Amino acid sequence: MVLNIKQGSTSHSAYDLRDPNAQIEERHTLAVLVENEPGVLARVIGLFSGRGYNIDSLTVAETDHEGHRSRITIVTRGTPSVIVQIKAQLGRIVPVHEVHDLTTDGPSIERELGLFKVVGTGDHRVEALRIAEIFRANVIDSTLTSFVFEINGSPEKLDAFADLMRPLGLSDQARTGVAALARGA
Amino acid sequence: MSRKMTGARMIVEALRDQGVDTVFGYPGGAVLPIYDELFQQNDIQHILVRHEQGAVHMAEGYARSTGKPGVVLVTSGPGATNAVTGMTDALLDSIPLVVLSGQVPTFLVGTDGFQEADTVGITRPCTKHNWLVKDTEKLAATIHQAFNVATSGRPGPVLIDIPKDVQFAEAEYVGPKQVDTSNYQPRRKGDIESITRLVELMEQAERPIFYTGGGVINSGPGASQLLRELVDATGFPITSTLMGLGAYPASGKNWLGMLGMHGMYEANLAMHGCDLMIAVGARFDDRITGRVADFSPGSVKAQIDIDPSSINKIVHVELPIQGDVGHVLEDMLKIWKSRGRKTNSEAVRKWWTQIEQWREVKCLAYTNSDSVIKPQHALERLEALTKDRDRYIATEVGQHQMWAAQFLQFDEPNRWMTSGGLGTMGYGLPASVGVQVAHPDALVINVAGDASWLMNMQEMGTAVQFRAPVKQFILNNERLGMVRQWQQLLHGERYSQSWSDSLPDFVKLAEAFGCKGRQVSDPAELDDAIREMIEYDGPFILDVLVEKHENCFPMIPSGKPHNEMLLSPEAEAFSGGAALV
Ligand SMILES: Cc1ncc(C[n+]2csc(CCOP(=O)(O)OP(=O)(O)O)c2C)c(N)n1
Ligand SMILES: [Mg+2]
Repeated sequence: MVLNIKQGSTSHSAYDLRDPNAQIEERHTLAVLVENEPGVLARVIGLFSGRGYNIDSLTVAETDHEGHRSRITIVTRGTPSVIVQIKAQLGRIVPVHEVHDLTTDGPSIERELGLFKVVGTGDHRVEALRIAEIFRANVIDSTLTSFVFEINGSPEKLDAFADLMRPLGLSDQARTGVAALARGA
Repeated sequence: MSRKMTGARMIVEALRDQGVDTVFGYPGGAVLPIYDELFQQNDIQHILVRHEQGAVHMAEGYARSTGKPGVVLVTSGPGATNAVTGMTDALLDSIPLVVLSGQVPTFLVGTDGFQEADTVGITRPCTKHNWLVKDTEKLAATIHQAFNVATSGRPGPVLIDIPKDVQFAEAEYVGPKQVDTSNYQPRRKGDIESITRLVELMEQAERPIFYTGGGVINSGPGASQLLRELVDATGFPITSTLMGLGAYPASGKNWLGMLGMHGMYEANLAMHGCDLMIAVGARFDDRITGRVADFSPGSVKAQIDIDPSSINKIVHVELPIQGDVGHVLEDMLKIWKSRGRKTNSEAVRKWWTQIEQWREVKCLAYTNSDSVIKPQHALERLEALTKDRDRYIATEVGQHQMWAAQFLQFDEPNRWMTSGGLGTMGYGLPASVGVQVAHPDALVINVAGDASWLMNMQEMGTAVQFRAPVKQFILNNERLGMVRQWQQLLHGERYSQSWSDSLPDFVKLAEAFGCKGRQVSDPAELDDAIREMIEYDGPFILDVLVEKHENCFPMIPSGKPHNEMLLSPEAEAFSGGAALV
């Protein structure tokens, strides 16, 4: 090729030199700040279903009542070029003010709240309580044959907790989906 | 001064303040208060269509030919659903439209009321944005916002759904200047560092090409002007998508013709073999790229687009520049000039020699006949007899559309209305009416196919009622020609349902609508028939009976790369030079 273009990463050069054919799927956590108006969630979800993107988890709540702002946290999965498209498409929605990729924009923290119901008696019940203690889960409901545990942590921690509880009688779980923020000021 | 008024009056007031002179629409229960207000004023003309789809395509023709947003007014339920195809068409071709729909009163919303449809739900994916206005207080501001969104950034259709009680209730009117539109202001200036890099690449490039699209037209006449200056000053070849025709003049010396599936051989091979591709307001549609993996394999690609989601969507570009085409071209020119107007002229001259060889193939060659009218010949005659006039062309969708793009010459932007992204049969007739309404004295021609034309033929009534002297130039092959062509070439000549059977007598149809028609089948009479069509003072249908089995070439079958183009038997076999690609 005659045209020599300078090598360099995207963030420090005008050229976009990422491998266009990279096929590895990546997991990204996106924070989408939107105008809190009717239909905005439908627009975001419609974008994902209409264009065939994945949603692993989605949380939404108003974060600034005065300013009519809500924050949608989406965990999605796709090849690098699909992730770039998702962000560009989100940015195009008129009531979307900002799109942040917490996976690439610097260190971030993720938390999820989960409620897990474990049904059992005898040894299983004792073991469940012991594991809950290790995970720092709280018992928020108890009967003679069941517990409901409340646990707060990264999605991976909640996954691990669920895996351990499954053989001990895990019967129901409710999870909020991921809330995430960038670290630091 | 208090400006308290009903919602319905507010709508008319807001349209007037937005400089609207024409509304295309159709009344019904949910918009009666608005129609009542339209009745009591004279600033805004209302064009009564015959079907809401027609209204939207007319508004598209109006918008595309004037650069101003088109305005549509429809009733709730079926009125709104009939407008869906048109809005989708406008979304894919980035045409600014403001569609106002009536809705059942707020207290009936959600009850399956008479003529209730979830209009904002249905139109969410086919508009750039939409609003349901539940409060008259917010109505005027929403309309002003809507015009801003439709026309800013990448243009597109927007819809405002207005329940009937909101039209009746009173509130304070606010004008456009009182409305804060700062929350939607897409970026217009391109990054100067990136533009400078592009100029550097242009200085070195041995085989550069400009690949331009509808974005240049949308950016305004200034952008076309800058493009011409840049292309002529650098001497680089230029090709364009279907949507971008006219931005650079077809008579310009660097023009290669349209590229893509039915594009010019030289344009497609130049795209395939270039070392620097400068995409300007063009989005690498699959009709342009063919098989993506083999698309222009050896080039560095730069892309200028106002919509970041169009960049790197289909094809990876090394140098993305987000910004308005006009602004970026201006900076490109400035920087290129200030660095001494350099190009690799020796290499570019060689590149042109190569392109000239490709041109020798004469990819549009066809065998003319003196017994039957060839569609290509009909268009060549139409071109010859109309090119010096103040002319606008609309098309339907099919072979005739591609031939029109190949054989008609556009020297100015905004003169070519065609459904590119959605490929909507039934677009051309209403679009031509919309163009004519905006340009009453111009010669407006719809190049149509027999099948497409029937899809919205009811709009002939609109043309007659509003004295829009549109010329319907039907290339009648009694076939769904484009479908027939694919079946011939790709489906073993099994012509499944691609006949236009039981076609109406178009001449009698013209008379039934109260206009004039003529049929022509003898090549010797063609010129006379075209002249009669042009000179007739009123709408005219010219039914041109053409060769039924003509194929449109060149053709890149879907999924094939640019250098595997099918050529007509008449094109010169090409030898030599192909090694380059
Ligand atoms: C609304 C719609 N339905 C179906 C198609 C698929 N289609 C594309 S071209 C074509 C045939 C068009 O026939 P005609 O208008 O006679 O044009 P010709 O190709 O014969 O010139 C069809 C059916 C379409 N583009 N739009
Ligand atoms: Mg036909």
